[in-house]
Amino acid sequence: MELVATSLFDLVSEVIRDTKGIGGWKEIAADSSVGLFLPEIVLCGTILTMLVVRLFRIGEKLDMFYVGFVGLVASLLILSPWRLTENPELFARRELFTGMLVYDGFSVFMRGLLFGFGILFLIFAKISGIPSKYDSADIYTLVLGATLGLCLMSAANHLLVVFMGIEMASVPSYALAGMQKRNRQASEAALKFAVYGAGAAGIMLYGISLLAGLFHTVHLPTLAWQISNHLPQMETSELMVAALAGLMIMAGLAYKLSAFPFHYWIPDVFEGAPAEIGAFLSIASKAAALALLVRVVVGVGTLPADVAKSMADTKAVAEASEVMEGTVWISHEEPAHVHGHGESHERSGSPSDKPADEAKVISPGLKAARTYMAKLIALIAILTCTFGNLAAYGQNNIKRMLAYSTIAHAGFMMMAVPGLLAVAERAPDVAASAVSGIAIYLVIYLFMNLGAFAIVAFLRNAMGSEQIDDYAGLLKSCPGITICFVIILFSLIGLPPLAGFIAKFAVLAAVADAFRISGDGYLMWVLVVGVLNTAISLIYYLRVARVMTMLPEPESRTPVSLPLFSAAGCYVLLMTIPVALFIVRWGSLHQTASAAVDYLLGP
Amino acid sequence: MSNLIGSDLNAIYASWLSLLVFLPALGALLLVLIPARATESLRYTTFAVTAVTFLLTLLAFFSSSSALHFATSGEATKYMQSTFHLPWIPSFDIYYAMGVDGISLPLVVLTGLVSLLAMGASWSITKHVKAYCILFLLLETGMLGVFLALDFFLFYVFWEVMLLPMYFLIGVWGGPRREYAAIKFFIYTLVGSVLMLIAILMLYFASDLTKLTPTQLARAHVLDTVTGEDGQRLLARPWQPAEGAEEAAVLQKQVDLAAATLMSQIESGERSRHTFSLLALAELGQHTDAFSPALQWWAFLLLFIGFAIKVPSVPVHTWLPDAHVEAPTPISMILAGVLLKMGGYGILRICYPICPHGGFDLAWFICLLGVVSMIYGAYAALAQKDFKRLVAYSSVSHMGYVVLGLGVWSATAGTLYNPDYWNMGVKGAMFQMIAHGISSAGMFFMVGVVYDRVHHRNLSEFGGLFGKMPLYTALAIGIFFAGLGLPGLCGFIGEVLVVLSVWNYSQVLAILAAAVVILTAGYILWTLQRVYLGAEYKGPHEEALVPITPRETTIAATLFVLAILLGVFPYSTVLKYMDGTIDRQTQSLAEWTQRRDAGEEGSTEAEANGEQVTIRKPHELTRRGDSAASASVADPASSESTQAPAGETQQGSQSKVSLSESRVESVSSGASSLRGGG
Repeated sequence: MELVATSLFDLVSEVIRDTKGIGGWKEIAADSSVGLFLPEIVLCGTILTMLVVRLFRIGEKLDMFYVGFVGLVASLLILSPWRLTENPELFARRELFTGMLVYDGFSVFMRGLLFGFGILFLIFAKISGIPSKYDSADIYTLVLGATLGLCLMSAANHLLVVFMGIEMASVPSYALAGMQKRNRQASEAALKFAVYGAGAAGIMLYGISLLAGLFHTVHLPTLAWQISNHLPQMETSELMVAALAGLMIMAGLAYKLSAFPFHYWIPDVFEGAPAEIGAFLSIASKAAALALLVRVVVGVGTLPADVAKSMADTKAVAEASEVMEGTVWISHEEPAHVHGHGESHERSGSPSDKPADEAKVISPGLKAARTYMAKLIALIAILTCTFGNLAAYGQNNIKRMLAYSTIAHAGFMMMAVPGLLAVAERAPDVAASAVSGIAIYLVIYLFMNLGAFAIVAFLRNAMGSEQIDDYAGLLKSCPGITICFVIILFSLIGLPPLAGFIAKFAVLAAVADAFRISGDGYLMWVLVVGVLNTAISLIYYLRVARVMTMLPEPESRTPVSLPLFSAAGCYVLLMTIPVALFIVRWGSLHQTASAAVDYLLGP
Repeated sequence: MSNLIGSDLNAIYASWLSLLVFLPALGALLLVLIPARATESLRYTTFAVTAVTFLLTLLAFFSSSSALHFATSGEATKYMQSTFHLPWIPSFDIYYAMGVDGISLPLVVLTGLVSLLAMGASWSITKHVKAYCILFLLLETGMLGVFLALDFFLFYVFWEVMLLPMYFLIGVWGGPRREYAAIKFFIYTLVGSVLMLIAILMLYFASDLTKLTPTQLARAHVLDTVTGEDGQRLLARPWQPAEGAEEAAVLQKQVDLAAATLMSQIESGERSRHTFSLLALAELGQHTDAFSPALQWWAFLLLFIGFAIKVPSVPVHTWLPDAHVEAPTPISMILAGVLLKMGGYGILRICYPICPHGGFDLAWFICLLGVVSMIYGAYAALAQKDFKRLVAYSSVSHMGYVVLGLGVWSATAGTLYNPDYWNMGVKGAMFQMIAHGISSAGMFFMVGVVYDRVHHRNLSEFGGLFGKMPLYTALAIGIFFAGLGLPGLCGFIGEVLVVLSVWNYSQVLAILAAAVVILTAGYILWTLQRVYLGAEYKGPHEEALVPITPRETTIAATLFVLAILLGVFPYSTVLKYMDGTIDRQTQSLAEWTQRRDAGEEGSTEAEANGEQVTIRKPHELTRRGDSAASASVADPASSESTQAPAGETQQGSQSKVSLSESRVESVSSGASSLRGGG
C-alpha cells in the first residue's frame, strides 16, 4: 500500500535531517535525534572499546570493570535525569529517528534508572567477584549490551523497535544465564531461557505482523489513530484477528515481564544462574519490560496530544464545512505521522454530534482497545501476583524464592496499568500518576532486590550455600548482614515504615483513584487482590527472617564471616539505608516521577 | 507555605509531641552503643527511657504553666489540643500532624504507664537482652504514635510499625509455640491493616477540602497560611473562646482569610483538594456529601474489620489466645494493656466520625458482635485449663464491652436524637479500655510471677498459694476482682456504664451483657479458688514458690492501687479528661443522624435550611435530653422541647415517619423558641 507520495530522495533527506538536525554536517544540533540518543551511543562506544581493547597487550591487563564503569557514568551524566524536576519543558515528547523511538521524561527516567542500576551492578559484580579477570570483558560486554536493548525497550515508539529491543536485551541475557560453563544446571537454565524466549519472540512477531496487516502500520501513534478510525467499522472476523494480535503481542511482553502463564523460565534461570545475573534479570530486565508495557498500552491506547488536538480541529473544520476529504490535519513537526496518513485512509463518515473540544473523548475504537487491554492486563496482573506469591511458599532455595517474589512484584507493578488505561482519556493526570507509581515502585524495587541478591551472593561466597535452611542462626555469626536482610525482606513485603510500603502505596493509590473516577469494577478487584497479596507474601518472606533470627545455629557449619565493615558489608548497607530511611523524605522521588510522566499522556 | 507555620505554638507542640513519640526510638539507638554483655545497664537504660517517657506523658499534658496544659474545662476540652501539623510529603498531601484530645490523652498516659511497668517486669528476660530492649522501645514509639497521629498516613505507618517488634518479641522470647503464635498475630493484623489501606485510599481520593466551611477547616487544623498572632493562636487552638465580639470578629476574619488562601491554592493546583487529615475527613464525613453513603458503608466495614481484629472481636479473635499465651509476661502486659486498645481507639477516632453512614447502618451488627464476644470470651475462659489462656479469653470478653459501648448508636429518631445514652456507652467503653489496660496487665503480670517460679500454668496443678505467698495472693485477688468488675474497683465503672447505655438501645442485648457479669464472676472466682485457695500446692517445683520480690510487689501494688483509685474516683481520674471530647463527638453524630433522617424524608425545608437549622447548641440538646430521659423517651409529646403543631405530634407519637417529620418541623420552627424556652 502506498503510504506517502514522495520521492526516495525526499525520504532520505528527511531521515538525514531528522537524524542530525538542522545545520551543517559537522555539528550535532540540539534538536537532532543523535543528540538525544547520545547516552546510548556512548554505551555502544563503551562496548566496542571493551571488545577492541583486548586485542592489544596492554588491554589484556586492564580490568574491564573500569571501562564499563566510566562508560555508564558518562552515559548517566549525558542523560542527567536529575534535571527532570528543574525544567520539565526540556523533556517534552519528541520522536527520534523518524518515529522509531521517543524521547520524553519517562524515557529519561527509565534510562537513568537503567544506567544507575548498571553502575551499582558493576560494583556489585566487582565485589562479589563473579567474573574472573579473564571473563570480565565478556560479562560486562553482555551486561552493557543487554542494557542497550533495555534502553531501546523503554523508549520504543514502534512495534519493530519493541521487538528489536526485546531481542537485543534477551540474547545477551541467554548468554549471561549460561555463563558458568561447567554448571549443568546453569546450562540447562540458559537453554530453557533461550528456547522460551525464541518462542515468545516468534509469537510476538506474528502478532505484530497481524496488526500491520490490519492497520497498515506499526508505528504506535499512527496505530492508535488507525484503530480509532477503523475499529468501529471492522467486521467480526477482523476484530477477532485484532484481538488475537493483541494477545500475541501481550504474550511476548508477558514473557519479558515473567507474567503468568509465561513465567516458567524464571525460577529455573534464577536457580541455575549466579545471584548476580538474577539481580540483573529481576531488576533491569523487569524495569524495561514494564516501561515497554506502558509504552505499548499508551501508544496503542491513546493518541498523542498534538494529534488529538489536530484531530479535534479537523473534526471541527469538517463539521463546519462538511468537507470530508483531503483535509490536511497533521502538523509538520510530526514527520512520522505524515508517513502514516496523508490521504491514505478514508475519513470515517460517522456523524459526530459532540462538540469539537470533546473530540479527544470520542474515539470509541480506542476506548474499546483500551478496555480490552485493561481487562487483559488486569487479569494477568492478578494471576501473576497471586501465583508468584503462592508458588514462593514451598521454595527451599533462596534464589528460587526470590524468583517467585520477582514474579509477584512484576504482577503488582502491572496492576497500575489497568488503572492507567481506565482513565487514560478521562483524567490523563490520574493515568500519568499510575505510571509514576510504577516508576516509584521500580526505583525502590531496585534497592530492595539488589540488596537481597547482593546478600545472597555474598553469603554464597561466605558459606557456599543458597538453601534457606542453611541460613539458620546467621544472626549469631553475622548480625549486621542479617539485620539488613530482615529489613529488606520486610520491605519486600511492603510494611511501613520501610520503602516497600511507599512503592505499593503509590501503585495502589493510582489504582484507587482510577477506580473512583472510572467506576470500573475490575479495578476494585485489582485493588483487593493487590492488598491481600501483601498479606500472602508475608509468610514466605517471614520464613527466611525466622530461619535467620530464631533458629539455632547448626553445629556442623563452619563459622560464617561476613562483617558489616567490609566492601560487601558496606555495599549491603548502601542498599539497606535507603530502604529503611526512605519514608522520611520520599516527596522528591514522587516529584521526579511525576515530572517524568508529565508528557506521557498529553501536555 | 511552610515558612509561615514556624509559629511558636506549632513549634512547641511539634517538638514536645515528637520528643514524646520518638524518645523511645532514640533510646533504642542509644542501646545500640551499649555492649550486649552489659545486660544490667541495658535494662536500666531501657527502664530509664520508659520512665522518662511516662513522665513526659504526664508533664506534657498535666503541667499547669506551660502551653502544653491539657484543658479540662470549657470549650477547650471538646477539641484537639496541643495540635501541630507540618508538611511531610507535600506532593501527596501528607502531613506530619499530631495532637491530643480527651480520647487520646488517657490512652497515651496508659501506654506510658504500662510500658514502664512492663519494662519493670522484664528483668525475667535473660535471652538476647539487648535486642529485646531495642525492640521493646521501638514498640513503644509505635504505640504512642498511633494514639497521637492525626494524619491517616502517619497513623497507618505507626500502626504497622508496631508489627515488626511485636513479631520478634513474641517469636524470639515467647513460649514453646511462639513462632506459630507470632506469625498468626502478624498475619491477622496485616490482613486487617491492608484492608484498612483500601479504605484510606478510597476516603483520601473522595475527600474534597473545598466542601468545608472556613470554620470547619480551622477546626480540622488544615489551615496553615494565616499570619499574625491571632491567626497562629487560632490555628493552634481554634476553640479558644474569643474575648468579646471584636476579637471574635478578628479571629473569624483570620479564618476566612486562611480558608480563602487555601481555596486559591487548590484552585491554582498548588495544593490538591484531597486530604489525609483525620479531623478534616471527619468534618467531611459528617457535614458534607463528599463521601457517598455507599462509600462510607464500605470504608466503615473495611476499617472496622481492621480494628476489630486488633480489639479483638469474635470471630477474628483467634490470634489473641495464642499470642498472649506464648508471649513473655511483659509483652503480654503490653498486648493486653495497650495493643488491644488501639482497636477501640481506631473505631472511636476513625470509623464513627468519618463514616457515620456505615456506623449507623451497622450499629446492630456491631453491638451484636460486642455481645457475642463478651459471651463467647467468658464461656471460653470457663473452659480453659491454662492460667494464661484463661486471662487471654477474659480479655476477649472484656473488650466486647468496648465494642458494645462504642456501637450503641441510640441517638435515633426513636429517642429524639438524644445522644446521652450513646454518650454514656462511649464513655463506658473508653473507661473500660483504661480499666482493662490496668486490670489485664495486672492479671498477666500475676500469672507471670507464678510462672517464673514453677514454670507451668496448669490450673489443675495449683492450689494453696495463699499459704506460701500471702502478699502476692492478696494483690492477685485484688487485681482479679478489678477484672471481675467488683464495685469500688476499676472494672465496675466501665461495665455498668455500657450496660446501662445499652438498655436504652436494646433490652435483649442489655440483659445478655449484664448476664455476662455472672459468667465473669464464675470463671474468676473459680480460678482464684483453684490457684490460690486450697490446702496444698499440687504441682511441680513446690520449692520454688518463694514470696514475691520487692520489684514484683511494686509493679503489682501500683496496678492494684490504680485499680482502686479508678474505681473510687472515676470522674477525677479518667472521665474528667474525656468528657468534653466524647460529648462533642456523640452530639455531633446525633445531629448528623437528625440531618440524615431529614434528608431521607425528603423534607425540602430541612434541606434548604441546611446545617444552620438542624444544628442546635449543645446545652440545649443536653437539657432537652435530660428532660427526655426523665420522661418516657419513646413519647415525644411529653418532651417539653417538642413544640411541633399539637395535632401532628399526638397522632405521630408511635410512627417513626411522622416522628421524624415532627422533629424536622420542630427544629426548623422552634430553634429560637428552644433557646428561649430553656
